Amino acid sequence: MIYLQTLLGVLVFIVVGLSAGWVFREMLARVASQNMGKFLRTAPLTACFGMLVITIYIICAVFAPFIAPYGEAEILSGGFEPWSSTYILGTDNLGRDVFTRLIYGARNTVGIAFLITALAFLFGTVLGIFAALKGGIIDQVMSRLIDVLMAIPSLIFSLLMLTIFGTSVFSLVIVIATIDSTRVFRIARAVALSIVQLDYVEAAKLRGESTSYLILREILPNAMAPLAAEFGLRFCFVFLMISALSFLGLGLQPPTADWGSMVRDNADLISFGDITPLIPAGAIALLTIAVNFVVDWLLHRASGLKD
Amino acid sequence: MMPHIISMLIKRLGLGVLTLLLLSLLIFLSVEALPGDLAETILGQQATPETVAAIRKELGLDQPPLTRYLNWLGGVLQGDFGNSLALKKPISGLIAPRIQNTLFLTLYTAAIAVPLSIILGLAVSLFRNSYFDRITNTTALAAISMPEFFVGYVMIYFCALSGYFPSMANINANTPFLDKLYFCFLPALTLTLVVTAHMMRMTRAAIINVLALPYIEMARLKGAKPSRIIVRHALPNAVAPIVNVVALNLAYLITGVVIVEIVFVFPGLGQLMVDGVKFRDVPVVQATALIFASAYVGLNLLADIISTLSNPRLMRQR
Repeated sequence: MIYLQTLLGVLVFIVVGLSAGWVFREMLARVASQNMGKFLRTAPLTACFGMLVITIYIICAVFAPFIAPYGEAEILSGGFEPWSSTYILGTDNLGRDVFTRLIYGARNTVGIAFLITALAFLFGTVLGIFAALKGGIIDQVMSRLIDVLMAIPSLIFSLLMLTIFGTSVFSLVIVIATIDSTRVFRIARAVALSIVQLDYVEAAKLRGESTSYLILREILPNAMAPLAAEFGLRFCFVFLMISALSFLGLGLQPPTADWGSMVRDNADLISFGDITPLIPAGAIALLTIAVNFVVDWLLHRASGLKD
Repeated sequence: MMPHIISMLIKRLGLGVLTLLLLSLLIFLSVEALPGDLAETILGQQATPETVAAIRKELGLDQPPLTRYLNWLGGVLQGDFGNSLALKKPISGLIAPRIQNTLFLTLYTAAIAVPLSIILGLAVSLFRNSYFDRITNTTALAAISMPEFFVGYVMIYFCALSGYFPSMANINANTPFLDKLYFCFLPALTLTLVVTAHMMRMTRAAIINVLALPYIEMARLKGAKPSRIIVRHALPNAVAPIVNVVALNLAYLITGVVIVEIVFVFPGLGQLMVDGVKFRDVPVVQATALIFASAYVGLNLLADIISTLSNPRLMRQR
């Protein structure tokens, strides 16, 4: 019986999600300019659903203090309070409101994941384009070094690094940004290699422009499209990674609200048939699914709408 | 022809060994970046100059890094990883049973996931652009995006609460094989779900790439059935990418296994590593990281070699 109910629930969720995506697309298309509206109407419903979810998450993250009924780390009751009108999703092991922490988690987890991805892109693209531009020995040395770093699975590498630097937000950001920038380096270098050979880059070189000018003004603007799609994918990886680390108790430290550690703290409830711990885990899953849907659409467009 | 393959394989293997050496160097020397000193970290509050000196001597920290690295590497090659700081026991003794468990779980998952995802990938590319294809693809994309612990806990919620399968995979060396299969079913299923989606999508992409080639057009024009085109004509040329995909995903399993082991309280290598990180038990973390990384490098190397061997063009000339 429970299986049938769940199946029905999932189906209803999909239908509601897709129709909400459709409504969202119509709304955006009305508000946006004519060209933009036309472009948006080509988006499949899954991508619209993705955009809707991302918008909701951003709103939650930005307006967290106004949406959340209680303080982030406020201890309100004895702990493991059931769902009620005072505590919408009950309270956690220490008696903090789960709904409040869920809202603040959007701010902390998503915010840090975004920060890390941005940092990784900053290092990765600049170094990658630099390597492609210089070529020769510099390129060889950098690429081989990155190859060695990439030969360690990223979760294992970050566990090793966190042992050494300890678990704090700062070391978390630096460690994961470094590990992820190796992946960005690969992509950026590959993209830049084909651009470097173009005539206008050659012309700029002959004009005697500086390396930083070449990277930022000549190559980067033309490498933007593939890098933007990669940014979405990378964000998902980073987001899943810090959630996993938090779940292991090695990511964001208490009392900061964070989805991964919320799952771990309340995991015992699952054995009693309470789904509360699944909600933050589901929130993580929903956001990565949403981003992936949007990226999938963008990649499909970029690949020239072929087969 | 034969000597050429052999020299190529030797070159690849040499490169793999070199990567492993660099990795071990990286894993060992990264500890040098520890703020302060390992001895001070271990002692924490109780660090007095005398005790620090004593511990440094005990751990061999008074020797230069290179000597220590060579000693460590020599030990590792003989299966001796040193002593755990937290448990004060030899690490090799801790690792041996856990490696078996983790290996069992990984192979169990692979045995389910590899055939399943290749068959699904073939089916999806046969019916590509149909609703079946779209729904499977979207589901797979969603499955890839989910964190392993979410899938794991959903499994526990549905399968374990209904009482069909145990939620804790508490096995040891003496557990009979069939019981092991039963106890590990939920963790294996969780990993399967995550990995299958990846492998299926990549298999589909590999086959569709081949389907765009002119000789497939030829086969189609001569009137061969779609299923025959895929199985007889496209599949042999897609073997290399598919093998690559399988090896890459097995390598991916290695990291997935860490999280799943924690969710299901499975006595494996991943759990040992996470505990090591929590207690800042550096030798344990180094040992487990080295094992995970070697498995990862090894699988990637294997993928490389198999895809070379399966492609006559790569084999013949340089």
